[in-house]
Amino acid sequence: MTDIKKPKRRDFLLTVTAATGAVGVGAAAWPLIDQMNPDASVKALASTEVDVSSVEPGQSITVLWRGKPVFIKRRTEEEINKARSVDIKDLKHPEKDEDRAKNPEWLVMLGVCTHLGCVPLSDKGEYGGWFCPCHGSHYDTSGRIRKGPAPTNMEVPKYEFLNSDTIKIG
Amino acid sequence: MSEHNYTPSSKFGKWFNDRLPLLTLANHLTDYPTPKNLNYWWTFGGILTFCLITQIITGLILAMHYVAHADLAFGSVEHIMRNVNYGWLIRYVHANGASMFFLAVYIHIFRSLYYGSYKSPREMIWILGMIIYVLMMAAAFMGYVLPWGQMSFWGATVITNLFSAIPLVGESVVTWLWGGYSVDNPTLTRFFSLHYLIPFLILGLVVLHIWALHVPGNNNPIGIDLKKPSKDTVPFHPYIVIKDLFALLIFLIIFALFVFYSPNILGHADNYIEANPLVTPAHIVPEWYLLPFYAILRSVPDKLLGVIAMFSAIFVLIILPWLDTSKVRSTIFRPLYKQFYWFLIADVLILGYVGAMPAEGIYLLVARVGTAYYFIHFLVILPILGRLEKPLEIPTSITDPVLGGSVQPSFVKSDKKKI
Repeated sequence: MTDIKKPKRRDFLLTVTAATGAVGVGAAAWPLIDQMNPDASVKALASTEVDVSSVEPGQSITVLWRGKPVFIKRRTEEEINKARSVDIKDLKHPEKDEDRAKNPEWLVMLGVCTHLGCVPLSDKGEYGGWFCPCHGSHYDTSGRIRKGPAPTNMEVPKYEFLNSDTIKIG
Repeated sequence: MSEHNYTPSSKFGKWFNDRLPLLTLANHLTDYPTPKNLNYWWTFGGILTFCLITQIITGLILAMHYVAHADLAFGSVEHIMRNVNYGWLIRYVHANGASMFFLAVYIHIFRSLYYGSYKSPREMIWILGMIIYVLMMAAAFMGYVLPWGQMSFWGATVITNLFSAIPLVGESVVTWLWGGYSVDNPTLTRFFSLHYLIPFLILGLVVLHIWALHVPGNNNPIGIDLKKPSKDTVPFHPYIVIKDLFALLIFLIIFALFVFYSPNILGHADNYIEANPLVTPAHIVPEWYLLPFYAILRSVPDKLLGVIAMFSAIFVLIILPWLDTSKVRSTIFRPLYKQFYWFLIADVLILGYVGAMPAEGIYLLVARVGTAYYFIHFLVILPILGRLEKPLEIPTSITDPVLGGSVQPSFVKSDKKKI
């Protein structure tokens, strides 16, 4: 078994040609694939400012951001207590309410069920928060998944209070 | 394929055929020896070809009037319905045509399951057929998105979100599919482009499907290999052509009943409301032909596993020729499999029913049992049954049991009664 064939000049040329060809095909295919990713005009609409001065405690508004609904909920004292008194170990996706709502009165999150993307209904479900009608996921008053097929809590987007009445999302 | 010794009679025909043997192909198709006991369940191949051509022609016409833009699509569909000459007819034929297409394909598939048409040497026909079926589902789904109603929008959202279950890259894949951060105009325009493309892919695969069929020839109700041509076969034309046309006529009557008397019965009223990304309809349901898979998806409480179960439900069909270990093709000679076959039909119908119901309580329980049984049928029962079952005696020819010389002529008679 000592006579392992030494690669010949032709073997080398074949390998180099095939490798170069593969890289070339890959480079040519990339623009055809990447054109389907979000374009410049979609990316340009990345942030939105919302006036929340007229929202009373217990009310919530829905605004559109990047084509998705964002729930802005001004929570009541009771709802905040309910969200903060939960034992973190009972959660499917453990997140503290303190981390989800920096200002406890205001909960800002994407109104998109993390299961398959439906918009949950507010003040419904077994945990007093949201309920997704599509496949029956229940969320609590912090938007955390408590029951049903959704794998994670509703996502909190990047946002900030520009002043006490205006929230900038994105 | 049988040997071709065809020579055109005219001089020009001969000149032409020597250079492009289209006449040889036409001759092969007309003389093609077909088992003479093919029953009406064998007419659905022709019906399906008709369905495909109908969808392509009506779709081509609809594309002349439809506008693929999130702001204009819904209005343009109403424009087709109200303003375009016969637009209502063409759209209703296209929309109901999709349902009729699936009705025919399900009968075609279950025909194959009953008579073992997927078994050796016809595995490639079966696999090509399954690829066509998957493409049909993709085309139907994307077509349903185009009117940009509420069901269009939310159906698109739910189905594209299935891909977000892929670990690590799921979210990027979904953003790539959408061309944005939600289902929106870029999604609509690419779905239109692909919806236009897929029927032509299907057409190409249909040619391969028929080509692969013409290598071993048709299976037949008693599932035996035939000598071709022989007293067990008849030429495709005129015998099968006339039979196919008669069946097509009956099929068209049912088709026309839907189109003219209840064109919206298979649709959802919510799709006559324009898409609104802020409101999800209370009850999202796919079209009827996808309901069994939807029930399987929802019966698993975990997102990733639910998606895997749904795709596996199709995948077990693709590998079916290797799951069924029985050498006997026709169910007529498989007394045990015959019962499991009807259990499977009942199971799929039940899954379809619970798929249309809310995913809670008793419906969820039934969906789980149904899903479990579906996989048990293909992964446990079929492989074991092939070894345990003692098949009935199989005749060696189609003609002999009728004209004497058979051990048990009752096979062929009982065949007629059952089907």
